[in-house]
Amino acid sequence: MPEYRRDHIEHYVAPIEETPLQATDKVAEDVQPLSLWAEAWHNLRRQPLFIIASVLILLIVVVALLPGLFTQTEPNANCQLANSDGGPAPGHPLGFTVQGCDVYARLIYGTQASLTVGIFATLGALLVGGVLGAIAGFHGGWLDSVIARIGDVFFALPLILGAIIIMQLPFFRENRNVWTVVITLVVFGWPQVARITRGAVISVRNADFVTAARSLGVSRAAALVRHVIPNALAPVIVVATVNLGIFIVAEATLSFLGIGLPPAVMSWGNDISAAQVSLRSNPSTLLWPAAALSVTVLSFIMLGDALRDALDPKARKR
Amino acid sequence: MTWYVARRFLQMIPVFFGATFMVYFLVFSLPGDPIQALFGDRAVNPTVAAELREQYNLDQPFLVQYFLYLKNLVTFNLGNDFSGRPVAEVLAQVFPVTIRLAILALLFEAVFGIIFGVIAGLRKGRFFDGTVLIASLVLIAVPIFVLGFVLQYVVGVKLGWAKPTVGAQAGWSDLILPAVVLGLVSLAYVIRLTRTSIIENMNADYVRTATAKGLSRPRVVVVHILRNSMIPVVTFLGADLGALMGGAIVTEGIFNVPGVGQRLYQSVLRGEGPTIVSIVSVLILVYILANLVVDVLYAWLDPRIRYA
Repeated sequence: MPEYRRDHIEHYVAPIEETPLQATDKVAEDVQPLSLWAEAWHNLRRQPLFIIASVLILLIVVVALLPGLFTQTEPNANCQLANSDGGPAPGHPLGFTVQGCDVYARLIYGTQASLTVGIFATLGALLVGGVLGAIAGFHGGWLDSVIARIGDVFFALPLILGAIIIMQLPFFRENRNVWTVVITLVVFGWPQVARITRGAVISVRNADFVTAARSLGVSRAAALVRHVIPNALAPVIVVATVNLGIFIVAEATLSFLGIGLPPAVMSWGNDISAAQVSLRSNPSTLLWPAAALSVTVLSFIMLGDALRDALDPKARKR
Repeated sequence: MTWYVARRFLQMIPVFFGATFMVYFLVFSLPGDPIQALFGDRAVNPTVAAELREQYNLDQPFLVQYFLYLKNLVTFNLGNDFSGRPVAEVLAQVFPVTIRLAILALLFEAVFGIIFGVIAGLRKGRFFDGTVLIASLVLIAVPIFVLGFVLQYVVGVKLGWAKPTVGAQAGWSDLILPAVVLGLVSLAYVIRLTRTSIIENMNADYVRTATAKGLSRPRVVVVHILRNSMIPVVTFLGADLGALMGGAIVTEGIFNVPGVGQRLYQSVLRGEGPTIVSIVSVLILVYILANLVVDVLYAWLDPRIRYA
């Protein structure tokens, strides 16, 4: 039973005159019980971790959408080899890369690629894994087994190895861009989402409110979409948030290995990869994009952690 | 127990066939000439092409091709790399290095992960706990190649405590720094897993009973809490051994460790398609076997699983 925050409203289950009032059953009957989400929001608003993560993510999204607001420098237009590996200069606060490009401008403009990969890979994994996991959990039986085995096959391939194989394919080799990286990450990311969704759906499937809906004549599909999925969403959202961060790291790792985004695309992974050569003479060109990447990933992981604490009643009790 | 192991083993079989089939299918049966595809933009020497066609049995029907490839895989008949050396011979040379690296990384993450996790769990909500939690999040967030470069630069170049690159003679002591880098991300997971597990067990009835019997605090912690908290941690560590071997590609590339990962990294850079397929297939095999061993270990550690 959820613990009510509004302790000042005290009601008793039944006001019986004969027996003395006993403060045993405190139930605020005239107050709507908070839903899972309302209660989670109530908790989240007080968590410094959640606030910090949200503000950072908001800032990163704004940077990705409107890079022009944050820098006047064109990231690729004025690269001069005379500036190669130069330190900070007026108008170029973070110095220059090996090619003489402005580190800060590339940092700002690189946000978009990393964030796009993270968001769309997460959405894709959520769509594929969520649908398959929900069907597997709700239907059960042979369909559950088939989907579980297919998921196992993808689980058996470590992400980097699988990505190496996929990126060797003619289609992917010739059309390397943000979307091929997204597809690769989705292919290896969906089984985890499917497992979590399946577990969550199974735990909700036999709840009384689902049985009630079914006995009122709601079809199986409608019961799944309207009653089961909304109530099984919490753990899936937590995993998706953490995965968003992990996918961004994966994109950078693939780009670092030279099989992710093509070098022409500005991304933190590519910038880190390009900065390897000057690591010992000018480590800052590597450290700035690495720091931007880490802060972004950390924000999403912190957000996921905060959401987990807020949405999981079992964890909250502890 | 026997039944459980047998069942896990049977479940592994479709996974093995599925994973190898997928690799083979992706590489050899999508539109386009697979041999040309393996070479990218470069022209293919007809002799090499014919040899590869024979090696991968491309004149046979697809399913026959796949089973011949499987047969080659399990008999370690993996073909030659671009310099003409048999891939199996190359792997025999590089595998011991990677195994050494993975064992060192595993030791590192097990020892430090369990120590930090236990202390953080026992002091839940205090300063040390908070610091460890934030630090573990940071470790997860920073990409492994950044950690690698930074440690290589700081420890290897600036401080000079370790050799920044390993080179051909990869002895145990040379591998410590790469192993630390390789194990850092998993260290974060071990810490968090141990901490959660300790916290869960700290409030268990049997712990209260042990304390009520008058056992000393160290004995309660070590014998009662720790032993029961280790089950998920050991499982994670076991599964991680397989993952570390597959994931060593980045670390070995950075530190120039002559292991499986570096061989794969070079093959990727050179676009040696056939070698990539062979090495990845072998790594998948190792990964699946490691997971099977872990499942057996799990049943051995936790009686609840054994009789389920």
